[in-house]
Amino acid sequence: MHLTLADLEVGEAATIDSFDIEQLPMKLIEMGCLPGNEVRLLHLAPNKDPLYLNISGSHLAIRRETATCIHIRKEDE
Amino acid sequence: MSKNINVALIGNPNTGKSSVFNHLTGLNQKTGNYPGITVEKKQGVCRLPRGVKARILDLPGTYSLNASSVDENVVVELLLNKKDKDFPDVAVVVSDVENLKRNLLLFTQIKDLNIPTILVINMSDRMRRKGIRIDTHKMELLLHAKVVLVSARKNVGIDVLKEHISAYKTISTKACLDIKRIDQEYFGSLERTFPNQSLYKLWLVITQDVNFAKIERKRMEAEDANHLRSSSFLKRLQQKETIKRYQFINSVLKDCYVKDSSKATDLRGRLDQILTHKFWGFVIFFVVLLSIFQALYDWSSVPMDFIDTSFVQLSDWAKTSIPSWMAPNLIAEGIIPGLGGIVIFVPQIAMLFLFISILEETGYMSRVVFIMDRVMRRFGLSGKSVIPLISGTACAIPAIMATRNIENWKERLVTILVTPFTTCSARLPVYLILISLIIPDERILGANLQGLVLMVFYMLGFAMALLAAFVLHKIMPQNQTSYFVIEMPNYRIPLLKNVLLTIVEKTKSFVLEAGKVILAISILLWALASNGPGETFKNAPREVAKSVAVSDAKYDQKLNAYKLEHSYLGIIGKGIEPAIRPLGYDWKIGIAIVSSFAAREVFVGTLATIYNVGEDKDETIKKRMAAETYADGTPVFTLASGLSLMVFYAFAMQCMSTLAIVRKETNSWRWPAIQLVVMTAVAYLGALVTFQYFSL
Repeated sequence: MHLTLADLEVGEAATIDSFDIEQLPMKLIEMGCLPGNEVRLLHLAPNKDPLYLNISGSHLAIRRETATCIHIRKEDE
Repeated sequence: MSKNINVALIGNPNTGKSSVFNHLTGLNQKTGNYPGITVEKKQGVCRLPRGVKARILDLPGTYSLNASSVDENVVVELLLNKKDKDFPDVAVVVSDVENLKRNLLLFTQIKDLNIPTILVINMSDRMRRKGIRIDTHKMELLLHAKVVLVSARKNVGIDVLKEHISAYKTISTKACLDIKRIDQEYFGSLERTFPNQSLYKLWLVITQDVNFAKIERKRMEAEDANHLRSSSFLKRLQQKETIKRYQFINSVLKDCYVKDSSKATDLRGRLDQILTHKFWGFVIFFVVLLSIFQALYDWSSVPMDFIDTSFVQLSDWAKTSIPSWMAPNLIAEGIIPGLGGIVIFVPQIAMLFLFISILEETGYMSRVVFIMDRVMRRFGLSGKSVIPLISGTACAIPAIMATRNIENWKERLVTILVTPFTTCSARLPVYLILISLIIPDERILGANLQGLVLMVFYMLGFAMALLAAFVLHKIMPQNQTSYFVIEMPNYRIPLLKNVLLTIVEKTKSFVLEAGKVILAISILLWALASNGPGETFKNAPREVAKSVAVSDAKYDQKLNAYKLEHSYLGIIGKGIEPAIRPLGYDWKIGIAIVSSFAAREVFVGTLATIYNVGEDKDETIKKRMAAETYADGTPVFTLASGLSLMVFYAFAMQCMSTLAIVRKETNSWRWPAIQLVVMTAVAYLGALVTFQYFSL
């Protein structure tokens, strides 16, 4: 089973693996959400939504529904 | 005489672009709208060395030339259209030293349009603290552009920037990216079909949904439709383009940008820990709000009272001192109170924007949006709707103006439409007098009953706003996918200059735009109240003199009441009586409702005129209202009619200033018209149900 960004724990980092480009806004891709880049979950809002991330140096927040479209691989795998 | 230089200021949001703009232009700036849309157009003039003048256009903040909002469309539209009168001779791209990599993405896109470009690396004062070193000379060579380190905060580098702008003709227009490398086949074929044209520009025309591109696309289609592929094909190419751009940027930064992370302090992390905390985050937000509203009520009452009394005095003076050929009554009773009705809002608007701009400049606002988004989404709103809704308890006008940073048009529109339901301060005088009239001054469970009722009405306002948002969310079509991506900027100390300029600009825009409409309606209402048809109105003094001696102190009051009753406004009040009887109101209340369409607080004043008691004597009006009866002796103001009236005021759209600002913000009369009709209907039904229920 593929891990997605939504599976990350707070403080955890991973590498972006792939995503369905149809599901993501261009803006997110342009802010550095590209395969191979590092992503770290910094904080979660109440109800674990939205997610506050550091993607390749950019600090941004996205909703959980978007996060589930981004597949990741963890460093230790 | 040398020609003025057109400069476009471009940059990602949160890069301090407006600080750079403010430094270049000072107070030489003006704000308008782009034709047909509500995006603000900020322009200013900057004097350059050797007597050259530059027209600086501060374009809306954008992350890239792949536009996803109305604001971003403006940027693309301008940069594609060389014939536009604002088309820049030179582009100044403002970037933030800490987010340089991401900011450079936009820079490379601008460069690829072959526009001479200057890169401003702003906030350079933070470099040492963050352990960043930049070799600007090397960077200039690699980017084929001018690079300036600027600190808008410390006023460093602005003069160098001005030098570069005046020497824009020497800047290279070489592109950063050979766009063919994205996809040889596709772009190779594009180049063969349209030789001699900039490939990147063609690419933007194909991919961007702005008006200029649509027209150009039609022309391309006529020649060869082969290149207009499916959107997913194009999006895949855009992703490849982004990857290529980042490869280029990384290769540049590798050679001229060093960051020693060990020197960086993590203030952001520590503040975020508290401000976005599941529990403390909300507590802090609540305390911040409470302080803002305390300040709004406390600090604005003095200037507002001052404005109020000044305009009353001015009006009195005008009545007696202006020669009769200048229509003193129109000036004293129409124009001056009309102007007063505009100026009275200025303290609250200025103060609210003081707080909002501080919250925004510090970066705290993004954290509020972050923690509130989930809750608000249930009602079809976004985290960004929180501030407008809460600001609405002071006044709906600045609140609606504060919706501008909601990118998603539907969420913004819903926020604009429901904000007037929140209990603004103009409802307060109406509530206060009615509550003291119909609710006994008792205590239940230790709480003051009158205070409780007041609180219930505040909550009723919020509940109605959320309910309306929910309904609108369900019935309005979703015409664009709502993506929520917000940047969480660094924490910063606000720049006084930016805060002050925001206040001046917002206040000015309210006074000028909404002011026109308010003034017009005030004059209309005055005309309706001071004129009447036929002989009865004309003979008012004689009719009144029959019952009261002209010398009697009460004569003037009686005359005013008589005139109002027989004026057009009075006739309207009587005309709507059949409609408002089921709500428990008589024609006198009808007049008060009609005249308070202009502004809710007029209600009390109008009743005072009708019941011919002097104004500013609440006690007297209250007694007079309590004694008011129908012909059969039953009192007019009962628990049922009083509550019904309060419900009416809670829901009705009785504020022309709000309608005017909604028109301005949505650029059409359609939405204020819908607001007026729907809110009045809700108010009518609510009042009807309330009256009938409590009369049982």
